[in-house]
Amino acid sequence: MIKEEKTTKLPQNVLRRLLFLFCLGIGGAFLSATLVRFAPGYGVQERELDPRWSAQSIEALRQKQMLHEGLALYYLHYLWALAHGDFGESDSLKRPVRELLRQRLPVTGNSVVRGLGIAWLAAALLASLGLASRGWLYEASSAAFSSLLLSLPSAVVAMLAVQLRAPVFFAIGVVVFPRLHRYIRSLLVRSYDQPHVLAARARGLGSGAIFWRHVLPVAAPPLLALLGVSFTIAFGAAIPIEALCDSPGLGQLAWHAALSRDLPLIVNVTLIVSLVMFAANSLADLAGRAFAGSVQ
Amino acid sequence: MSPLQKTAAIILCAIFLLMVLATILVPAPYARQFRDAPNARPSTAHPLGTDALGRDSLSRLLYGTRVSLLLAPAAALLSTVIAALLGSAAGFLGGRFERIILAATDLSLALPWLFLLLTVRAMLPLDVPPMVSVVIAFLMMGLLGWQASVRVICAAARGVRDSDFLLLARSSGCKPARLLLCHVAPNLRTLFYAQFWISIPLFILTEANLSILGLGVMEPMASWGNLLRGFEDFSALGANPWRLVPLVLLVIVVMCFQLVLPSQEVTQ
Amino acid sequence: MIRRVCLVLVLTLVSCCPSFVSAESASQSGGELHFCLHGEPKTFNPLLVEDGQSETVRYLTGGVLIRLNRQTQALEPALATSWKATPDGRTITFHLRTGLHFSDGTPFTSEDVAYTVKALMDPQLHSPTGDSFRSGDGQVSVQTPTADTITVTFPAPVAGLERLFDQVAILSAHSPKKEMAVLGPFYVADYSPGSYLLLRRNPNYWKKDKEGKPLPYLDSIRLDIQRNHDIEILRFRRGEIHIINSLDADLFDRLQKESPAAAHDAGPSLDSEFVWFNQVPTAAFPDYKKAWFRSTEFRKALSLAINRDDLARIVYAGHAQPAYGPISPANHFWFNSALPAPKYDSAAALRLLTQAGFRLEGETLRDASGNRVEFTLVTSTGNKPREQMVTMIQQDLSQIGIKVNMVTLDFPSLIERITRTFDYEACLLGFTNTDLDPNSQMNVWLSSAENHQWNPKQSKPATAWEAEIDRLMQSQASSTSDKKRKADWDRVQQIVFEQQPFIYLINRDAMSAISPTVIGSAPSVLDPHAFWNADVLRLGPDPSLGAQK
Repeated sequence: MIKEEKTTKLPQNVLRRLLFLFCLGIGGAFLSATLVRFAPGYGVQERELDPRWSAQSIEALRQKQMLHEGLALYYLHYLWALAHGDFGESDSLKRPVRELLRQRLPVTGNSVVRGLGIAWLAAALLASLGLASRGWLYEASSAAFSSLLLSLPSAVVAMLAVQLRAPVFFAIGVVVFPRLHRYIRSLLVRSYDQPHVLAARARGLGSGAIFWRHVLPVAAPPLLALLGVSFTIAFGAAIPIEALCDSPGLGQLAWHAALSRDLPLIVNVTLIVSLVMFAANSLADLAGRAFAGSVQ
Repeated sequence: MSPLQKTAAIILCAIFLLMVLATILVPAPYARQFRDAPNARPSTAHPLGTDALGRDSLSRLLYGTRVSLLLAPAAALLSTVIAALLGSAAGFLGGRFERIILAATDLSLALPWLFLLLTVRAMLPLDVPPMVSVVIAFLMMGLLGWQASVRVICAAARGVRDSDFLLLARSSGCKPARLLLCHVAPNLRTLFYAQFWISIPLFILTEANLSILGLGVMEPMASWGNLLRGFEDFSALGANPWRLVPLVLLVIVVMCFQLVLPSQEVTQ
Repeated sequence: MIRRVCLVLVLTLVSCCPSFVSAESASQSGGELHFCLHGEPKTFNPLLVEDGQSETVRYLTGGVLIRLNRQTQALEPALATSWKATPDGRTITFHLRTGLHFSDGTPFTSEDVAYTVKALMDPQLHSPTGDSFRSGDGQVSVQTPTADTITVTFPAPVAGLERLFDQVAILSAHSPKKEMAVLGPFYVADYSPGSYLLLRRNPNYWKKDKEGKPLPYLDSIRLDIQRNHDIEILRFRRGEIHIINSLDADLFDRLQKESPAAAHDAGPSLDSEFVWFNQVPTAAFPDYKKAWFRSTEFRKALSLAINRDDLARIVYAGHAQPAYGPISPANHFWFNSALPAPKYDSAAALRLLTQAGFRLEGETLRDASGNRVEFTLVTSTGNKPREQMVTMIQQDLSQIGIKVNMVTLDFPSLIERITRTFDYEACLLGFTNTDLDPNSQMNVWLSSAENHQWNPKQSKPATAWEAEIDRLMQSQASSTSDKKRKADWDRVQQIVFEQQPFIYLINRDAMSAISPTVIGSAPSVLDPHAFWNADVLRLGPDPSLGAQK
């Protein structure tokens, strides 16, 4: 009976969670926009320094820049438009935000997913190699290598990627990989040292069976949690890396929006970025808890 | 301590010593421009050569080490204190309170922190001395960098909350505040130290990233990030390999900070 | 089993690894010129152009009545075979070429010119191009007596009227394609926002070469959108792009070492960098500082104490020259050659300061009331030459006991401080000048104007010399004799030299990179430096490869 209650409550929980995440995302977007609106330099443009403009033109320009309505009204209008699928128009790029997002989101998504893929593969590979050979030389060198990568500022990684003509996802992978490697390695080591694994090995189970039936199920929840966190890290790293590598993705758009104080763009970009990150974290949390529940 | 950890610790101590002795060792004031010798090769007068404006690179490196190594721990301390307060409160109180704090953490991760730093810079009065603006920059980093540690501390606090001794204390009539301060926090102390130690290299790297983007420490002050700014020209680096010294030093110090930590991750 | 897993993982990893793309071959087929824009063009409407990228597109696609030859600095007939301006500078009559068509086939007549001029002078249209013509209030009248003659009458005399038509690209009055139908050598064929812009040769372009072959020679021009200057130079080195229109000094040196034939320094340009002090009476700093900044001797002493030769030598690696004043020596006609060269003399600077009541106590300079002379110099973030110049000025002024603090701000915050709140003490910025005729700078010199940076929008001139400059500005704007205008501007330059409201530092050189495969290039100091003659450029075999295409 308890199980039935759980299953009927699950879609309700998911919906409630989604709604909560969405409100949180909107909250984050409005907070950023408020910050931008009241930061110094709002409503001012470089073109004002051009002496060719007449006084009337400058006045007309300034009028256009001002947010005529108060910030609260602007937010209400934005929510209303959002409900109709209209994301508004960018002030600085003079194009509908929806179009900009549609062009740039796939680019960033592509880089992040491929970067994560490479990072996870490399981390899994190195961790498995470590399990196969537990000598101190391997320990020391892998610790040193991953520390080395962790110590490079991501700006330097981006600059190296530009020089070597490596694609952006490679730089993202390099930034994420060391953070994954240490954690995965320690997790696998701890899992293999569990008493039930020892017992299974003593019983003569093959290494494959041990891995799939005994190690992985126990290690799965924290690994899934790590997946969510690594997604957040990769997405966060994508922003400065894309800006430095001149890749036409969301990161460059966010940088441009912040520098040009473009309110509609900032609200939308922050909304998308927050939603993606919250969703990743939540999915990972839920998956981890579900897996842990089923194992027990 | 393993041999690796011992080596890392020795290297760190040596660098701290160098930093303290900087004023004695330095060949010339870090801001002085030797205009006859811009971009000079290493020589007896300038052991690491000079930069684009003719300033002695070794002096700038020693002073930069001072700025980065004194201020990054301060920023790490600030962020750890904030994370400790928020994380232990969230884990201990649990339920809705925990959800709110974790949600606020996620929210602050999504904010454009780069923009916040730009804004704070722009709002500072212009006659603030350069050293004060550097301190403020690191303070801002500390105020913005606490999110990573909160989840870890929260999980650990949750574990402590469910432990037996706490149950005993609660059943004896201990008030929540006292529980938090006298029972939960001391048990998490090692975790706090670990988080503090991990945060230091992160802030060193953050400062380096910011300075490369032009938002960090202001000229003519030197910091590691400032010294890394001229790195776009990789072909010139091949001809002048001594220019890599700041990057090498940064990487060595950050690696040592990470390796010294007596982590549970390394097995014997 | 673990080893098997490792093998699988290694294979997957290797197959996922990026295949590092090799450089494209340097030879080009089909004559497509390749270079980069540093941002998105904001508009394709030539009347609304205000940013550099849109201006590049307008230059390459727009047909103009009169073209300024960037090399000889003389005006040449383009769509107009001849023109005549009346002595009062208010009316101009053009005789147009006949039998021409827009890129989409629509015929070109005087009606199109009339339509363009009326649209440009519409008071609701706000653009730098239109504002340049607005010398007074009133309507502009346009008459088109025949299909190939047009007369335009302005309400007030416009200084340098003919030269201004170099900026006016003619729109079609009837074409369904509106502003995309053009009369220039190329037209916009494809635009992928954020990525690239493709221009194809206009088959209806009017110009022919000496042998009668229709121009342009190039089939197309591809403009990639590339903000990062380092990536741009990397691509140039790899042969992916043929031209970099404007190079920074350090990138220029890097390139010159590797391929000296590709790096071109055309000499000092019209751009300048300068420092000024905030003289706004309501500024937020103490009165004693306001007294310093208003003192002519103070400003002149600081100008003497700055070593401009070092700035040019170190910050710009020799690719700049000390600046004399608002007009660069590269502007042959308008530059006042009687101006003395800028001097560097700390001793003379100290003498001037002592005369003005300052005194040097040990290492510190103090004013008559004992306040330490110290101020903050703001400049824009991310501009390395400016930051380096401020650092060098710090050292120069410390030798006469003045302490300078540097603050870098992002551009919007900086502009807010210098145009709205006036919360700054001194500022270092640069001016990118695209126009030979200094009349376009009028809003800088009129004391009532917005861009009179040190004390804008004055209700009446604060000083006698500013009043004199105002008078000279009005005089040159309403005069049509170039000789008389030059006399006025010579006097303005003299006053600026005596009063130093702007302390001019350097004029940087016009540096560009042009691949040896581009035939016919002739880099000039006027913008666009490298492709002003795009219609006669050709791509040939790479001389370094020694191979035929």
